[in-house]
Amino acid sequence: MPDVTIEIDGKAVSVPEGATILAACRAAGIDTPTLCYLENLTPVNVCRVCVVELEGSRTLVPSCSRQAESGMKVKTDSARVRTSRTMVLEFLASSVDVSLADDLQRQMRRYGAQPGRYGPPAPPPKADQRDASVAGHHDPPSGDAAHTVAQPVKRDNELYVRDYTKCILCYKCVEACGSDAQNTFAIAVAGRGFDARISTEHAVPLPDSACVYCGNCIGVCPTGALMFVTEHDRRAQGTWDPSRQNKGETICPYCGVGCNLEVSTQDGEIVKVMSPLESGVTNGHLCIKGRFGWQFVGKRR
Amino acid sequence: MVDPRRTATAAWADTWLGLDVGSDIALSNGMAHEILERGLEHREFIEHATIGFAEYRASLDSYTPQVATRMTGVPANVIGEVARAYAQADKALICWTLGITEHHNAVDNVFALINLALLTGKVGRYGCGLNPLRGQNNVQGGGDMGAIPHHLPGFQDITDDALRAKFERAWGASIPAKRGLRLNEMFEAIERGELRALYVIGENPLVSEADRNRASHLLASVEHLVVQDIFLTQTAELADVVLPAAAGWCETEGTVTSSERRVQRVRKLLDPPGEARDDLEIVCDIARRLGTDLGRPSAQQVWDELRTLSPMHAGMSYARLEACSGLQWPCYDEQHPGELFLHARLWEDPVRGPKAPFHAVEQEDPVDTLSDEYPIRLTTGRRLDSFNSGVQSGLYSSPLRRGESFDIAPEDAERYGVAEGERVRVSSRRGSVTVPVHVDPGLRPGLAFMTFHFDDVATNVLTIEANDPKSGTAEFKASAVRLEKLESPMQVS
Repeated sequence: MPDVTIEIDGKAVSVPEGATILAACRAAGIDTPTLCYLENLTPVNVCRVCVVELEGSRTLVPSCSRQAESGMKVKTDSARVRTSRTMVLEFLASSVDVSLADDLQRQMRRYGAQPGRYGPPAPPPKADQRDASVAGHHDPPSGDAAHTVAQPVKRDNELYVRDYTKCILCYKCVEACGSDAQNTFAIAVAGRGFDARISTEHAVPLPDSACVYCGNCIGVCPTGALMFVTEHDRRAQGTWDPSRQNKGETICPYCGVGCNLEVSTQDGEIVKVMSPLESGVTNGHLCIKGRFGWQFVGKRR
Repeated sequence: MVDPRRTATAAWADTWLGLDVGSDIALSNGMAHEILERGLEHREFIEHATIGFAEYRASLDSYTPQVATRMTGVPANVIGEVARAYAQADKALICWTLGITEHHNAVDNVFALINLALLTGKVGRYGCGLNPLRGQNNVQGGGDMGAIPHHLPGFQDITDDALRAKFERAWGASIPAKRGLRLNEMFEAIERGELRALYVIGENPLVSEADRNRASHLLASVEHLVVQDIFLTQTAELADVVLPAAAGWCETEGTVTSSERRVQRVRKLLDPPGEARDDLEIVCDIARRLGTDLGRPSAQQVWDELRTLSPMHAGMSYARLEACSGLQWPCYDEQHPGELFLHARLWEDPVRGPKAPFHAVEQEDPVDTLSDEYPIRLTTGRRLDSFNSGVQSGLYSSPLRRGESFDIAPEDAERYGVAEGERVRVSSRRGSVTVPVHVDPGLRPGLAFMTFHFDDVATNVLTIEANDPKSGTAEFKASAVRLEKLESPMQVS
């Protein structure tokens, strides 16, 4: 494939034809924040944190989906880019619990984001209030407090916990549940504007939805909003300790597809199973057996 | 998508062919008839790379659209459409699972599919071919490593003197020049009193074999039964000696081979519990007790020895398997990238090696015939969240799991006057089980579905040990059963 050469922050960078500006930035070693982008998913351009300034373009462009074209001149660290990225990070952090979103926090520090300047968090809405929101008239906020997406943790099955207080609406789970991996379409974005939230049809509990518990949504979640019950409970009990965890790669013990597993162990027990994104067999995706079927190992102990 | 049941996958398919259980050959032959009728066969490929076409062609004469439709239950226009689409596609792949191979004529079913691929030149090219999707992470690797009656590791014929001599030199031992027994042949040998000791590693045949009452009787009648497993399975409970084993995928080093012939590394991430040990250590210790010192080789040392004996694995060092995230055999040396697909030689001019044979095969109905007494066709299979006899998968909580059930069509539920969840007696010519009914609109009247995942319903009591003479696989996919209402369904467990 022929290369195309673009200019990023004054330096020439060559990438294969069809590559994105983000790929070019990464090839040039430029740290570019992303939230909704993932190598194994189709870009949906919702988070706008990866935007760059493109000469001749009226608006900032999302680097994750815009293809590099020969002769483009791109700025990744202009005042406009920095302001835009900072605002995105501040808006998210002022309304969402990002305490487990390590990469997002790192970018907040980098850009000096100060979510506190939007005021103290508003009192959380009543349980299920967000699930009941419908599009229509909304009173403008008073400005005294920062509205949040806080809501009670959803725990309606033995495998997943959904804590949408931590959801930044990056759509990754929707993509993984849909045509990018599982083709199950158990979840989608419901509502409009600030009321938008990830939901099953009519907000039914997961066991009443189309969910097949592949866990691919958890595999792609960048903020810990979606979590395995095992990890959630260990965190709640204070026994989740990444410093004592080892990760190793092996192959799923079930069918003949041969999915690669990344197994985390702690104190001689399996505590989490993921699949490496770069695995060519299934690009990081698994089924219910691979993701959750390991518990027999510990039950012999 | 060809399946008697309208599964979730069938719902996604562009075309679903809901054929009658056991009519696969009639479907394949009917498709071939259509392809030939329309002149869509790949004449150059047939001429160049195959033998036996004339006989095959003659065998198809009777499989007219009307006959194929009568035999399969699939409308003639649908058979025709799929046949034409397959023949005219630039690239097309046939994948199958146990619906093809768990029949008394399993190998003939496979031949019928091979014939279609040869007829249309859909082999030996990228994006084409024939692919049996494997149900276990190492069923391919087991056969590749010689855990199969007629092959030494790397598909080397055990009756070939030169090949056997190579292994004998390496192992310093003589190898009997005859093929071993398949599982079904072992059971027959137990029945005849010829096989008196059985060493079962990582398998639960009491539950997984067809005709469970017979399997139970035979396993109990073995003089000495050894079971090596990670759990005290139902089979292990019958054993004289149980050897607790490590879990192969996370407590030992080694390799497995996937459906796409990809050899992949499994790694030891945990110590096995209690007295459980690596299969390799156990086998070496058994050998020592029997008078042969195999040393204490690591998995890598065993693999490296295999690479010196099996040319198709020669290039797969542990370092390369790690670096390449697995390699697909054949891989003849350390520069070889492995093969994405097989049989490209059939397109070389002249063809290297033997030409590919057509095998004329005829439709044969399942052995367990339907009758007034046993009017329901039971086909068995698996459910998404469970795995075979349930030894591993039964130990995690799944929101999808609802236990074993006798799945029938809504029409049959009405006909027999049974409701969702009602316990019924299901009987075949071999035995009975009681099981709750589940109404599945994906089934047509007269067709029922069960699995063998759950210990409380011994589904394989119902199935028939009608084995394919070439593969030894039983006809799990086609039993004849009847449904009876229980007098007081709630009190029977």
